[in-house]
Amino acid sequence: MTTTPVRLERRVSEVPAATAAADVVAFRRDALGPLLRRSAAARSGDVAASLARSRPGLDDLAVLLSPAAAGDLEALAAAAHRRTVARFGRVVRLFAPLYLSNKCVSTCTYCGFSAGNDVARRTLTPVQARDEARALTARGLRQVLLVAGEHARIISPRYLAECLRVLAPEVPSLAVEVQVWDTGEYRDLVAAGCEGLVAYQETYHPGTYGSAHLRGRKRNAAWRLGAPDRAAEAGMRRLGIGALLGLHDDWRYDVLVLAAHARALVRRWWRCEVTVAVPRLRPAAGGFEPARPVEDRELAQIVCALRLALPDVGITLSTREPPRLRDGLVALGITHMSAGSSTEPGGYLAPGSAEPQFAVSDERSPAEVAAAVAQAGYDPVWMDTIGPRCLGTG
Amino acid sequence: MAQSSDIGPPDIGPPDSGSPDSGPPDRPLHSGPLHIGPLHIGDRAFRSRLFLGTGKFPSNASLAAAVAASGAEVVTVALRRVDPDPGAVDILDALDLDRVLLLTNTSGADDAAEAVRLARLARAAGLPPWIKLEVTPDPRYLLPDGLETLRAAETLCAEGFTVLPYVGADPVLCKRLEEVGCATVMPLGSWIGSNQGLRTRAALEVIIEQAEVPVVVDAGLGAPSHAAEAMELGADAVLVNTAIGTAGDPAAMARAFALAVEGGRAAHLAGLATTVGHARASSPLTGFLA
Repeated sequence: MTTTPVRLERRVSEVPAATAAADVVAFRRDALGPLLRRSAAARSGDVAASLARSRPGLDDLAVLLSPAAAGDLEALAAAAHRRTVARFGRVVRLFAPLYLSNKCVSTCTYCGFSAGNDVARRTLTPVQARDEARALTARGLRQVLLVAGEHARIISPRYLAECLRVLAPEVPSLAVEVQVWDTGEYRDLVAAGCEGLVAYQETYHPGTYGSAHLRGRKRNAAWRLGAPDRAAEAGMRRLGIGALLGLHDDWRYDVLVLAAHARALVRRWWRCEVTVAVPRLRPAAGGFEPARPVEDRELAQIVCALRLALPDVGITLSTREPPRLRDGLVALGITHMSAGSSTEPGGYLAPGSAEPQFAVSDERSPAEVAAAVAQAGYDPVWMDTIGPRCLGTG
Repeated sequence: MAQSSDIGPPDIGPPDSGSPDSGPPDRPLHSGPLHIGPLHIGDRAFRSRLFLGTGKFPSNASLAAAVAASGAEVVTVALRRVDPDPGAVDILDALDLDRVLLLTNTSGADDAAEAVRLARLARAAGLPPWIKLEVTPDPRYLLPDGLETLRAAETLCAEGFTVLPYVGADPVLCKRLEEVGCATVMPLGSWIGSNQGLRTRAALEVIIEQAEVPVVVDAGLGAPSHAAEAMELGADAVLVNTAIGTAGDPAAMARAFALAVEGGRAAHLAGLATTVGHARASSPLTGFLA
């Protein structure tokens, strides 16, 4: 594979040139302001024109996210539904998170794992992680996302690689959502069986990012923004990015930059499968209150607009959202769903022994979620992987 | 090898009741068998020239109904969707493997090494050694990588697989694949899932003209008329997935495609009138010269 090497030293606050991260910085500087103004000024005629476009651009996305488009949500939904079925079929892929540890040295105002919170902490051994994974595979799951707080010494690349190596023979598809690392460490994770990286920027707004991430390595927004580029360089097949809605007070800002980031990743790392997510803030230890809660109708509008502007990009929905909303959003563009999630380490075999990251809203079992997906006329798919790139030359 | 068999008239209405008063609705739409003959690939013969892809269906039940309605005898399945756990329910549960040939595809492979690994895995899992070779490093348009496809085809043919490669509509690449031993070539009509029909028609004509192996037009066939057009051009078979799997009634659409494929094949064999750019008098203008 010939790709542009990503050169990035630790703790730098600049993003390297010729990366998706650099594209995001340029987009934020040059294009975002006019797009936000376009969104605010859009009228219903603009919405109709953007809906009619066969290949909507980011300017169309601004229009589809506008207050004017909110008035015609049914038309957005119809277009998004058609686009989703044509591209992805009547299929929803199911996965579950596996929380390895809630130890964390970063202080993030919205997160239950935040360093200052006086909560029960636990880190699974690789064997305990395997037992948790067995509980998941027994429930039908084949795609597992390993999640942990930020603690470079305890949740080290070496520990993560060990967990991956123990799990890989039993779980067909593994990805990680952990502290962001450098390209070399990502290579080690790929070699241990990791297929994908999930690294949500949380908010793309520099000021809000700074006031939400008070201490720890996660404070370095530029380093985090470059993580998907480094993971792709290291051979990860799947890249998941996202914005935590409710953190910044203007969700249109974050959704527009998120879409620009997805497009940049698709362009620069054309072999990677990119997914986006727009989780909404949920109650968690620490009692953080969203700056501006995102309403259900707004979330539906966001899913539709993202589907139309990113027709080939998967959209992930977590158990943060309640069952009724999850079942309805499937038809509007959701392609990947977590199911039966526990957000505490060890929570599948021994729930209640450690603090969860956030409260889930959809408490149905994987089988119940699958049944609801089928009831809505979609095939719930558990198994859909050819394994990590490290197997390619085997 | 199967005997050359006539395909009977498709079941598209009630049989002729024989009653002279029953009027046009009971009259068969055509009579007599269509002499379209079997399709030979590798060491097998197939009566149906419609291959069915299995992604995108809303349920295993709807997939099973569509397979039955299509009459398809070759059904493709992505190995990535096959669960190695024998107790798990997956896409294979929808298929009667005594009736259809399972053609495993290497969907998701982004280079030759991965495609070869997947094909070997499929064979080790006891699946038939027939491989629809897909090397699509771009996960959005799923366009085939011709170079890697040729490399993988060379290896797999040498290992005894029956290889059916999915490729762009590139006549030279199709000849190269034939030379390394592929059992068919499967050029695309347009991008997978696009329903745009035969955007590559001019190139398909060359591929069909030159091919010494069956040509299966794959991808982009969005309507039965597209399938009929491919068959009229002289394609030996077509593969359809999205247009059937995402139809309001997948089984009914599968039947519609089956009829179109038969019609198109029969028209090709019957000798289509050639189109000309100007009117031609029915009486010769040069008759006076005789």
